[in-house]
Amino acid sequence: MRAAVASLLFAAALTGASALPAAAAQYTIVLDKMKFGPVPTELHVGDKIIWQNNDIFWHSATARDKSFDLDLPPKAEATLELKTPGNIDFYCKFHPGMIGTLVVQP
Amino acid sequence: MIKHIILAAAFALGLVGAAVAADAPTDPQIAHIAYTAGQIDITAAEQAIKKSKNADIVAFAKQMEADHKAVNDQALALVKKLGVTPEDNPTSQALSKAGADKLAELDKLDGAAFDKAYIDNEVAYHKTVNGALSTLLIPSAKNAELKALLQTGLTLFTEHQHHAEMVAENFK
Repeated sequence: MRAAVASLLFAAALTGASALPAAAAQYTIVLDKMKFGPVPTELHVGDKIIWQNNDIFWHSATARDKSFDLDLPPKAEATLELKTPGNIDFYCKFHPGMIGTLVVQP
Repeated sequence: MIKHIILAAAFALGLVGAAVAADAPTDPQIAHIAYTAGQIDITAAEQAIKKSKNADIVAFAKQMEADHKAVNDQALALVKKLGVTPEDNPTSQALSKAGADKLAELDKLDGAAFDKAYIDNEVAYHKTVNGALSTLLIPSAKNAELKALLQTGLTLFTEHQHHAEMVAENFK
């Protein structure tokens, strides 16, 4: 009997877990020495990216498709929530040689 | 002394690559040259912000002012940390003289003529400084932190050069 209750609870827990959406994750992209640091590879809609400017220069994280444009003063950070899936190319509008791509899955 | 005269002359003529054969400058001299080069561009930017009415020119000049100030502040903090006193030298002096002459020349111009002369000079100036950084100053720097700052400077100034070339296209 005890085993039956336990397996029922287990099944309920599993069902409950699968009914919930995957928890949103939070990642950080560091800017330093005139470069964007590594971009996380497993991005999904709902995840958050913290853009952390460790550089001595004023930068921006600006999407080519204009979906976001964050100003990043030296030693400041800004948060972006990913709202749509797709490949989003981004650059620094002050130093357009600084580039990267977010690959966002649904 | 001879090496400085050769270096200064090469700098003034924009033939910095040719100066590599001369004796390499020391770290205190490199710090002085790099700081002076940044300061000249800041002064030029301040002049442009004051004189120009063109939004692209003013925006470019404001960015030059902010970026070069940031590098120079970092350079000052570094030499302080390392206990190095930047050493004046004929290359810095030649740079300052050329910068002052250009400032006086641009001061006589107004409107579109000023804008064009300013941005054309920014293209040429960043090209010269980038040449000096990559062929002479970075290879000659002994201290790793100074070398790293100069590398960041080269990346930044290469961006500036491309940006200036884009803005200059509108004044052809």
